[in-house]
Amino acid sequence: MNEYNAPDEHHPPTPPPGCGCAGASVPPHHPRRTDVDPRAAKRAERQVALLFALSALSTIAFIAGYTTIDKDRAAVVIPFGTVNLATFTLGLTLGLALFFVGAGAIHWARTLMTDKETIEERHPLRSSETDRHAAIEALTQSLEDSGIARRPLIRRMLIGALGLLPLSALVLLRDLGPVSTAKLRRTAWADEQLIVNENTGKPIRPADLTVGSLVFARPAGVEDLTELTKAAVLLVRLHPEDIKDQQEADWGYRGIVCFSKICTHVGCPVGLYEQQTNHALCPCHQSTFDLANGARVLFGPAARPLPQLPITVNKDGYLVARGDFAEPVGPSFFERAKASADTVVPASTSRHGR
Amino acid sequence: MGGNAISTTPKTRTAKVGGAAAEFLDERLSLGAAIRKNLRKIFPDHWSFLLGEIALYSFVVLLLSGTFLTLFFKPSMEEIVYNGAYVPLRGVRMSEAYASTLEISFDVRGGLLMRQIHHWAALIFVASIVVHLARIFFTGAFRKPRELNWLIGVGLFTLAMVEGFAGYSLPDDLLSGTGLQIARGVVWSIPGVGTSLSFFLFGGEFPGHDLIPRLYTIHILLLPALILGLIAIHLALVVRHKHTQWPGPGRTERNVVGLPLAPVYVAKAGGYFFVVFGVCALLGGLAQINPIWLFGPFRPDQVSAGSQPDWYMGFLEGLLRVFPNWEVIVGGYTLSLNVLLPALAIPGIMFTVLALYPFLEAWLTGDKREHHLLDRPRNQATRTALGVMAVTLYALTLVGGGNDIIATHFRLSIESITWAIRVLLVAAPLLAFVITRRICLSLQRRDRDTVRHGRETGIITQLPHGEFVEVHEPISTEQRYRLTAHELPRPLELETRVDGNGVVRSPTLTSRLRVALSRWYFRNQVATPTPDQHDKVPSGH
Amino acid sequence: MVTRFSRWRRHRAAGLIVVLLALGVTGSSYAAFAPDRQPDKADGRSTLIENGQKIYVLNCATCHGPNAGGTDNGPSLIGVGAAAVDFQLVTGRMPAKIPDAEQQPRLDHPVLSPAEIAAVIAWISSLGGGPAIPSPEQYDPSQGSPQEGRVLFNTNCAACHNFAAQGGALTKGKYALELMDLDPKIIAEAIRTGPGAMPEFPETILPAEQMRDIIAFLKNLEQEENPGGLGLGRLGPVAEGLFAWIVGIGILMAVAIWLAARTPKVSDE
Repeated sequence: MNEYNAPDEHHPPTPPPGCGCAGASVPPHHPRRTDVDPRAAKRAERQVALLFALSALSTIAFIAGYTTIDKDRAAVVIPFGTVNLATFTLGLTLGLALFFVGAGAIHWARTLMTDKETIEERHPLRSSETDRHAAIEALTQSLEDSGIARRPLIRRMLIGALGLLPLSALVLLRDLGPVSTAKLRRTAWADEQLIVNENTGKPIRPADLTVGSLVFARPAGVEDLTELTKAAVLLVRLHPEDIKDQQEADWGYRGIVCFSKICTHVGCPVGLYEQQTNHALCPCHQSTFDLANGARVLFGPAARPLPQLPITVNKDGYLVARGDFAEPVGPSFFERAKASADTVVPASTSRHGR
Repeated sequence: MGGNAISTTPKTRTAKVGGAAAEFLDERLSLGAAIRKNLRKIFPDHWSFLLGEIALYSFVVLLLSGTFLTLFFKPSMEEIVYNGAYVPLRGVRMSEAYASTLEISFDVRGGLLMRQIHHWAALIFVASIVVHLARIFFTGAFRKPRELNWLIGVGLFTLAMVEGFAGYSLPDDLLSGTGLQIARGVVWSIPGVGTSLSFFLFGGEFPGHDLIPRLYTIHILLLPALILGLIAIHLALVVRHKHTQWPGPGRTERNVVGLPLAPVYVAKAGGYFFVVFGVCALLGGLAQINPIWLFGPFRPDQVSAGSQPDWYMGFLEGLLRVFPNWEVIVGGYTLSLNVLLPALAIPGIMFTVLALYPFLEAWLTGDKREHHLLDRPRNQATRTALGVMAVTLYALTLVGGGNDIIATHFRLSIESITWAIRVLLVAAPLLAFVITRRICLSLQRRDRDTVRHGRETGIITQLPHGEFVEVHEPISTEQRYRLTAHELPRPLELETRVDGNGVVRSPTLTSRLRVALSRWYFRNQVATPTPDQHDKVPSGH
Repeated sequence: MVTRFSRWRRHRAAGLIVVLLALGVTGSSYAAFAPDRQPDKADGRSTLIENGQKIYVLNCATCHGPNAGGTDNGPSLIGVGAAAVDFQLVTGRMPAKIPDAEQQPRLDHPVLSPAEIAAVIAWISSLGGGPAIPSPEQYDPSQGSPQEGRVLFNTNCAACHNFAAQGGALTKGKYALELMDLDPKIIAEAIRTGPGAMPEFPETILPAEQMRDIIAFLKNLEQEENPGGLGLGRLGPVAEGLFAWIVGIGILMAVAIWLAARTPKVSDE
C-alpha cells in the first residue's frame, strides 16, 4: 500500500485483477454512409476511380518526360531552386503514379469494402498432447532406427568429422589479406627523403614558409594512396621562442616543424590549423593538438600527440626528413607500445647547420 | 431434378480461363488448402501496426532501385582520369567506383533519380525499423510467444545499419571514405586481433584495392540474402502467432478481431506499399541526397569539416566524439579505451540489453503466460520509463554526432557542446526515467477517475442548494471496458525453498535480487477499478 | 631729345603691352624655374599617408597602438601588408565592433569609406613589408581551372571550410566562414594573409595560378545548381537524416493514421 492506491472514502479497496464486466462482446456493426446510401457509394466509387486515373495520367507523364526531356536540362522550379528537370519530372510523376494507386486502394477499402469486424479464434501455440506424443514417438523411433545411441564410435567420429569441416572454410579465408604488423611501424619516410609540397609537387625551401603559414606535404616519389595514408604530413613555422617542447625544437629546423597528418584517435587527416593559437584540430571528432608543445592533446578523444617527423635541410637547401617517424603513425593498436620500443630514434645531432 | 448439383449456367470467358488456370495450379500445388486457410485471415486494425510495413516496403524499394544501380556501378578502386558529363571534375583522378557513380548521376537518364530513391529509401528503412521497434516495445508485443521474433527484429536492425554503411561507402567519395578510415581505426582498437582483422577486411593496409569490391559483395549479395531470410522468418512468425491487438470489447487473449486479409488488407496494405514507394520516389526526385560530386573523390590525406555518417550511424559518431581520451598500456600492450568503449563496448552492451529485454522482463515478472493483448504504455510505467530513457540516450548520442554542425549554426563552442553532452548523457536519461514514470502513474490515476466519475466536461453547473460542481459525462461501456481491461501486475514474492531433506533454506542471492527488482518494477501501480465502482452521484467531486 | 622709346611709352596700347609682357615673363620664368609636377604628386601622396595616419589614430590606435606597434588588445600591424589591411577594412571586420571577441564578424558594408581605406592602406604600407594587394589577373576566376581548384580546395581548405564551402567549427567558439558570394579579390587576400585564425598561404606555398584555380572553383560552386532537387543547405547527412525523419516518416505516419482511422458512421450524423 502507498499513497497512490490506499483506500479512502472515494476509492474502496483494490479489487482483484480481472474485469469481469459487462459490455465485453464485440460492439455491433455501425454502417457507414456508403453502406446504406447508393449515391454515397457511387460518389466514393468515383473518387477511387479518379485516384486511379490520376495515377495512370502520371505514368503517361513519366513516359513522356523520359522520352522528351534532355538529361542535362536545368530548370527553375520554385521553391526547389534550379534543378535537373529530368530528375525532378521523373521523380514527381513516378511518385504520384505510385502514391495515387496506393491512395485509391486505401480509399476503396475504407469506404466500400466491408468493415464488419470478424472474430477468429487463436489456437494455443503449444502443440496438443497427441501431437507431442506422436512427435516424441517419431523422434525416438528415428534415433532407434539410426542406432546412434548404441554406437558411440559412429557418434564420436561423426562429431569429429563435422566439427573439423568448417575449419577448411576458415582456413580458405587466410589470403583475404597479408598480415604484417611490421608494416604498421614503417612509413615511406627515410633519411634524406625530400619533403614535397602537396600543391606544387616540388620540394620546399625553409624560406618558402612564413610564420603562420601551413603546407601539406608527402615524401618525394610517393604516389600510392596506401603509402600516403601513413606518410602524409603537415609543416608549420613557429617562432623558435614559442616552441615549449625541447625535442620538438630539436627535431624541427629553425622553427619549422613537421608532424604526421594522421590523427592518433581513429585516423582522419588533421587538416585544420589555427595560426594564432598554434592549435591543430581534427575535424572528425574535434581532437585538438598544441603544435607549439609537442602536438600534445588539449581537448577531444585522441589520447596521444601527433608523431613528429625530424627534419633538416639537405645540401641543396631543401627540407628533408632525418629518418622515419620514431613511432607508428595514426590510431593506436594493441601491439603499438611494443612496436614503438623497436623503432630506432633518429639522432638529435644536426648535420647541415641549424 | 436430382443428379449433378453443380450449376449449369453458362460461364463467362474470364471465369472459364480463370477456372482452367486454377485447376492447372491446384493439381500441382495443392492451392486449395492454403487459400482456404489464409485468404480470409483476420488482422486487427490500428495505424501503429503499419510501421513494420514501412520497413518491409522500403526494403522492396531498395531491392528494386538497387538492382537498377548494379547495372551501371563499377566496384573498382582502379584510378582513372575522369572525362564524363560532369564538367567540374573533368581531368581529375578518381577511382572507377566514383567515376561510375558520377556516370549514373549525370550520364544515365533517371540514374540520379534511382540513386536518390535508393538512398532516401535506406534512411526510411532504418528509421521505420526504429519506430516499429519502439511500438513493439512500448506496447509489450515482445512478450511470449514473440520473444524469438523480437530477437530476429533486433538482428534485422543491426544488419540494416551495416548494410546501409556498406552501401553508402561504395561510391568511394571523400565523405564516406572518411567513414571507412574511421572504421579502420575502430577495428585497430580491438585487443589482440584488431590489426590482423583489419588486414583481412581491407586486404592489406588502408585503403588498398580490395575494400570497395568486398563491400560490394557484402552489400548486394550477403547482407540482402541474410536480411531477406530473416524477414521471411519474421513474417512467417507473425502469421503463425497471429497479430497482437489492442484490448477492447470482444477482444480477448484467445481471439483476433478485425477484418479479413482479402479484400481489405490486400487493398490497405497493398495500397500502403504503393504509398511508401511513392513517397520514396517523390523524395528521390524532389530532394537532393548524397551529392557525391560536391564532396570530391576520396583521398586518405583529405577531409572535410562537418563530416558525418548517415543518421543511423550517428550514435556511434556521437559516442566517439564525447568520450574522454583514455588509453592504458597493460603489460606492454595498448588498450585504446577511448575507441574501444564508445565504438564497440557500449554499443555492444546497448544492443545486448535490447535483445535480451523480453527475457529480463519475464524474469522480473515471473509471467509465463502467452500475451496477445497489447499494453497501453501508461499501464506499464516502469517499462515505458525505461524505453523513454533509452530513446533519450540514443537521441543524445545522435546530437553529439553533429556537435560541429550545431557549433557552426548556433555559434557555440564545440568544447561546451561536448561537455554538455557528456553531462547530459548521464543525467538526462535518469531524469527522463523519473519524469516518464510519474507521467504514466498520473495517467493511470486519471483513467481510474474517469471510470469512477465519468469524463470531465468542463461545464460548471449550480446545484439546487447552491454548490457549484463540474458536470461529469458518463463514458460508454466500450470506453469503460478499454480503460479497465488491463490487469494489475503483482511483484514477485520471496518463496521459501524446502530442499530434498525437508530443510527450509533461505532464498538465494539471485532470487533476492529478482524479488527486489520485481518490487521496484511494479512500484506504485494504480489499482484497476472494476467498472461498477463508480460513484452514483452524477456531479462528481 | 624724344627718343623712339619714349614715343612708344606714350603709345595708347603701351600700358597693355607692358602688362602682357610682365605676365609673359613671370609666367615663363615660373614654368622654367618652378619645381616639377613630381614634387606636386609627392605632396598629394604624403597628404594621403598623413590622412591615413590620422584615420588610423582615430579608429585603430586604441587596440593596435599609436604607431601600429600593437598592444595587448591587438597585434602589431608593422609589415602586415596592404592586402591584409584591405581585407580587414573592406569586409568591415575592422574597426572591430566587438572589442574582446575571438573573431570579428564579416559585414555587408565596410565601416570606413573607400577613400579612408585607401589612406589607411597607404600609411600602413609606408611602414614597410607584407603582401601587396593581389593584381586582377591573380584572382580572375575566368582564367582559373575549377577542376584543379577542386583538388587544391580539398587539400588546403575543406578541412576548415567544408567540401561545399559551407563553413566549419574551430576551437573555442571560432568558426571558418562559408565562402559563397565573395569578391574574388577578397578571397585572394584572405588566402595570402591568413586573417584571424586562418593560416596564410604565400606564393611560395600556393603559386598564383593555383590560387586562381581555387577561386575559380569557388565561383563555379556558387553558380552550380542542385540537380537532385532541394539542396537542404548542402549540409550533408545531418540535414538529410532530419529530412527523412520529419518529412519521410512524418508523411508515412500520417497516411497510416488515415488508413486505419475510424470511418464516419451513419449513427454519427
